[in-house]
Amino acid sequence: MNDSPSLARTPLYDEHLRLGARMVPFSGWEMPVHYSSIVEEHRAVRQAAGLFDVSHMGEFMVTGPGALDYLEGLVPNAVGRLEPGQALYSQICLPDGGTLDDLLIYRRSASDADPSYMVVVNAGTRPKDWAWFEDHLPTDGSVTLRDLSAATALIAIQGPQALAILATLTTAPLMDITYYHAVEGSVANIPCLISRTGYTGEDGFELYHAAEAAPQLWRAFLAAGAPAGLLPAGLGARDTLRLEAGYCLYDHELTEAISPLEADLGWSVRLKKGHDFIGRAALWQQKDAGIARRRIGLVLRQRAVPRAGMAILAPDAGEAQATDTIIGTLTSGTLSITLNQPIAMGYVPPQFAVPGTMLAVDVRGRSVPAEVVTLPFYKRPATNA
Amino acid sequence: MAELHHPAELRYTKTDEWVRREGDIAYLGITDYAQDQLGDIVNLEVAWDEAGTGTVRRERAFGNIDSVKASSELVSPISGTIIAFNDVLQTAPETINTDPYGTGWILSVRLTDPAEVDALLSGEEYLAYLRERDH
Repeated sequence: MNDSPSLARTPLYDEHLRLGARMVPFSGWEMPVHYSSIVEEHRAVRQAAGLFDVSHMGEFMVTGPGALDYLEGLVPNAVGRLEPGQALYSQICLPDGGTLDDLLIYRRSASDADPSYMVVVNAGTRPKDWAWFEDHLPTDGSVTLRDLSAATALIAIQGPQALAILATLTTAPLMDITYYHAVEGSVANIPCLISRTGYTGEDGFELYHAAEAAPQLWRAFLAAGAPAGLLPAGLGARDTLRLEAGYCLYDHELTEAISPLEADLGWSVRLKKGHDFIGRAALWQQKDAGIARRRIGLVLRQRAVPRAGMAILAPDAGEAQATDTIIGTLTSGTLSITLNQPIAMGYVPPQFAVPGTMLAVDVRGRSVPAEVVTLPFYKRPATNA
Repeated sequence: MAELHHPAELRYTKTDEWVRREGDIAYLGITDYAQDQLGDIVNLEVAWDEAGTGTVRRERAFGNIDSVKASSELVSPISGTIIAFNDVLQTAPETINTDPYGTGWILSVRLTDPAEVDALLSGEEYLAYLRERDH
């Protein structure tokens, strides 16, 4: 099962095998789904810390005097507002407003004359993203695009102990790195871009570094973090953690048929940013006319395990379940490990998207009552940090 | 899968269930291989009526098992009348992960035809089948 030659491997592949990981195909990559168990790894991230290999993500460098103008034309968020070292979340939209991918953009250079940006994209979408970025390059040569994905590894450390563990491996001023900011620094003697970002709902960091140094950095983290309860964590826990945190996963909550406005990501869409971008007219129209459906969170009120693809039902005025009408579809679902209740995300027409609305989910022919709730399902306890 | 456990005294199916026969009563559950593939088991749904009228039929689905990452049908290896659903699994479905052949049994059934059990795979046959299936 583990010898499909067509799947790509990260620089940490051998480390995963050594740790006894269960490897699975994911977006063309052979990735660890879990090492011990998803439940154990999920709890480690919520209570202590987890270490993730996310080197399958893609990194594009965008440089040259036209870089800012080019990026502003490709994404709905306001790239021009970034300070050096700051990151933002955005999408790439199609002309009709659908989502080609969602991504992070880091401003790397402090110089306005010689700007450079790093764009971080999803693994499965990297080929089509790259083609899109190339196709939209200005013809005047003012922008240079480089794909650094193969040369770049990415390790994430997430959880309430993440900062303390990372602090044992670096002299970088971690307390000064605020959320969605990054600094260059040496971690375990390896040059890294240390970014206070993540996909788990916990505090944590993501470290971009040279691919060949990844095994050394990985081992340094496991050794430094073991006393604090750090566990290596796979894609299984990554998915259950991000779902509790209400984050979109591309190909589930976001697709080429779903706009960021429908996905309730309007906070990241800057229609008035003063620069046209692909999809802007369509998104304006959606905003003016009203969207046809909206992403919601659901908590099921009976024990069941919701899954992507299950139908969302609106109970009709009467109580007869046989007349329930299908109003939408789940895009993700699980039994929340932290909350011990079934949670799901999906899309419904806006009139059903109001928190408190009682809907139902069709779980293999059984209509299970489900309440629309405000996202996220899980919010970490406030700290003084 | 060498480290997985498949007791010789049980009988197995190609859909990864096991049967332990005690006279005309059978206990059934899912195999060590199945629980290992599923990972953390979080829920079971078994279609039976607690009034005691539930039946299972050989090679027919009788319920569903969910782990964190996957959902799978439960298929009955044998035909009969359900005696009991293992109550432990209502509150602690993860018992199947830790003890799939013991306290993690799923149903006890009064067999319609005890000879059905003899037609199932032996431990050795099941293991050979798994090796073949994974290649």
